[in-house]
Amino acid sequence: MDLINAVIVLLNYTIIPALTYGSQLALGAIFVTLIYGILRFANFATGDMMSFGTMFAVLLTYYFQSIGINFGFLPTALLTIPFAIFMMILYMLIIDQTVFKYYRIKKSPPVMLAMVSVGVMFVTQAIIRIIIGPTDRRFLDGEKFILKATEFKEMTGLAEGLTIKSTQMITIVVTIIVVAIMFWFLNKTKTGTSMRAYSDNEDLALLSGIDPKKVVLITWIIAGILATIGGILYGLDKSYRPFVYFNNMLPIFAAAIVGGIGNPYGAFFGGYVIAFAEIFLTYAYKRFLVYILPESLEPNSLMQLLSTDYKFAISFSILVIVLIFRPSGIFEGKRI
Amino acid sequence: MRNYLNIIIAYSIMLLLIILVGIFQSWSIALTIFNYCMISAVMTLGANIQWGYAGLINFGIMGYTALGGLAVVLVSVAPVPEAWSVGGVNMMTCLGIIILMIFSTTYILKNIQKSNKRNYLVAGIIIVGLILIKIIAGPAIEQIEAVDPAKTGFLGGLGLPVLSSWIVGGLFAAGLAFIVGKVALGLRADYLAIATLLIAEIVVSIIKHEDWLARGVKNVIGLKRPAPYEIDLQTSPWFINLVEKFHSAKLDLANSLSERQDILNQLVIDASSVYVKLCFAGMFLVVVIILLIITQKALYSPWGRMMRAIRDNEEAASAMGKNVVKQHLFIFILGSAIVGIAGAMMVTNDGLFTPGSYRPMRYTFVIWVMVIVGGTGNNFGAILGGFVVWFLWVEAAPIALFFINLFTAHLPETNEIKIHLINSAPYFRFLLVGIGLLLIMRFRPQGIIPEKIIKQ
Repeated sequence: MDLINAVIVLLNYTIIPALTYGSQLALGAIFVTLIYGILRFANFATGDMMSFGTMFAVLLTYYFQSIGINFGFLPTALLTIPFAIFMMILYMLIIDQTVFKYYRIKKSPPVMLAMVSVGVMFVTQAIIRIIIGPTDRRFLDGEKFILKATEFKEMTGLAEGLTIKSTQMITIVVTIIVVAIMFWFLNKTKTGTSMRAYSDNEDLALLSGIDPKKVVLITWIIAGILATIGGILYGLDKSYRPFVYFNNMLPIFAAAIVGGIGNPYGAFFGGYVIAFAEIFLTYAYKRFLVYILPESLEPNSLMQLLSTDYKFAISFSILVIVLIFRPSGIFEGKRI
Repeated sequence: MRNYLNIIIAYSIMLLLIILVGIFQSWSIALTIFNYCMISAVMTLGANIQWGYAGLINFGIMGYTALGGLAVVLVSVAPVPEAWSVGGVNMMTCLGIIILMIFSTTYILKNIQKSNKRNYLVAGIIIVGLILIKIIAGPAIEQIEAVDPAKTGFLGGLGLPVLSSWIVGGLFAAGLAFIVGKVALGLRADYLAIATLLIAEIVVSIIKHEDWLARGVKNVIGLKRPAPYEIDLQTSPWFINLVEKFHSAKLDLANSLSERQDILNQLVIDASSVYVKLCFAGMFLVVVIILLIITQKALYSPWGRMMRAIRDNEEAASAMGKNVVKQHLFIFILGSAIVGIAGAMMVTNDGLFTPGSYRPMRYTFVIWVMVIVGGTGNNFGAILGGFVVWFLWVEAAPIALFFINLFTAHLPETNEIKIHLINSAPYFRFLLVGIGLLLIMRFRPQGIIPEKIIKQ
């Protein structure tokens, strides 16, 4: 019985939150990696682009709520996804045409493009703040919990409760669907294959008649879908705040590089590596250990490896370690 | 002379703008902007050494700035004897353990062949060291933080003059740069950017959350100042006499003696704040000029030519027998040290250390915009960039407000869009700086004052 309790504690406080957070990071990381693999630059506007898509979801959610449309027990925000994605892709394409295209055609070094993306970051941040303001916004409605701790305790008679928030379930399910479709697209369709070819060897791909314009267009479309969904899921689970989204860029970068930048599978995996590391290293294991250790060995401290203040620092440290020992990432990077 | 014409024109326009702010807003605001411009200029000089001379991309400026600020606290604040007596020994032991760890690791790395055994040894030392530190430091930190937490709760500093902390700030930053450089300089340019960005984030989070060191997010206020205090000035007779002489024409217009006294009091209060800022401006100007002379000399010395050669063609420079790795590390340390000095200057100017305010947007990306806009590889350009971008950053809100009012003049005061726009005026600074950066990158990628190579 104690063992089951211990497992429930771990599930409730570490594994489920880590899976959720990992999924959100993974979507962002695949976005970074796609841009890096195909357009060949580190996009510093990542967090703000995600924020841009989410902003429309927030605004539309408020609008839908005001005219009385809802999605039953699911959050209204899910209904707004297609519109938000549309706006996101539109914005990305405008930015690409006005800003990035020039440097792509000139074949500028990647650093130049990264610097340009810093400019895009500033502009995007300004637009977001001018439209929606910098404040914290919650836009979650519908059922909050799938399973409440008290219900679970009654059901099973265990001492520990298991809580599953609906946002956690939605995040994991939506991520799996989106990522599955994306991998199917990249591996099985002709367009996907041509994107992979373009990423592997640009000159050879051009020789074999792949249209670079189409590849770039499709890349931005996929990127827009990933960025918007990733952003909305994060916003539903926590809350929407432009500054936080900007900061999320950092663990997302960490996830993409840890997995091997340019490699979508790596990025997907990297998201979970970062999330699990952050949560496992900052979780106070006292409650868990109380169940599995005999009474004489019961710990009197919190048994926390690092304080939660260092959550971000952990993911960055992992990144630094990976960069030193295996600069191409856990999976071989730079392939798609 | 003609070579310098564009520089002189650009600097004159910049000074004129600041003087205009003085005339239309107030001299106090103008001097605040001027001081911050100069701090930004020092940061930009540092970043320009790394990016312009050597082509190293350092997105960790925030970290070095924060370390420079930390130096001010650790050097100038008076020590807290109670905290030292409860936890000083333990903390010093920890410092000893860290030094021991570093030395033993380097010894192992140098003397044992690359093998699994070496890896296990290094890992073992680190893990044992960390556990020891956790055990020794844990209770000490709790005790230190419990010493009068509202006012101190930290070890305090050395109580030395605050100006010496500028040098210490540079040294701190140089130390960090040495570690970062050893770890990350081998990476490709964009990886280096991301790695430095994240390392800076780690540094700031440590400063933020280790309360025993510098109170963390509780901030340290009332730092020493190398300039006189306003209150002292307002009561000292020589200063009042000076103000009286300076404004004698205005004072003579007063009708009665009491009215004259009121005007004089107001003038003294205004003048004291301007005087303090002028003192700071003088000190900062000295730093900027010294750094400018040194960097200019360095740029046109054989060393500067070598750095440019390394930047433009690493392989060729390496084939000519230049040690690229060593030079990269050296210049990375040099540039970071200058940024550290700027960080210390900034905290001294503010008189308070607020770790919570270090954010990558303000302390990394804006500085980078300054470098790019001013002119990479040109020190005059870098300083100009610091001035122009900081000026825009501060004055963007008033400018935006002016234009919003102009364009929405026909709308009624209660119009929602108008109110919304007016409320979001502060955010136009991001728009202005972003668009400025994009335009410069597109149409004048070498910056306002481009790099100039003197043929010898």
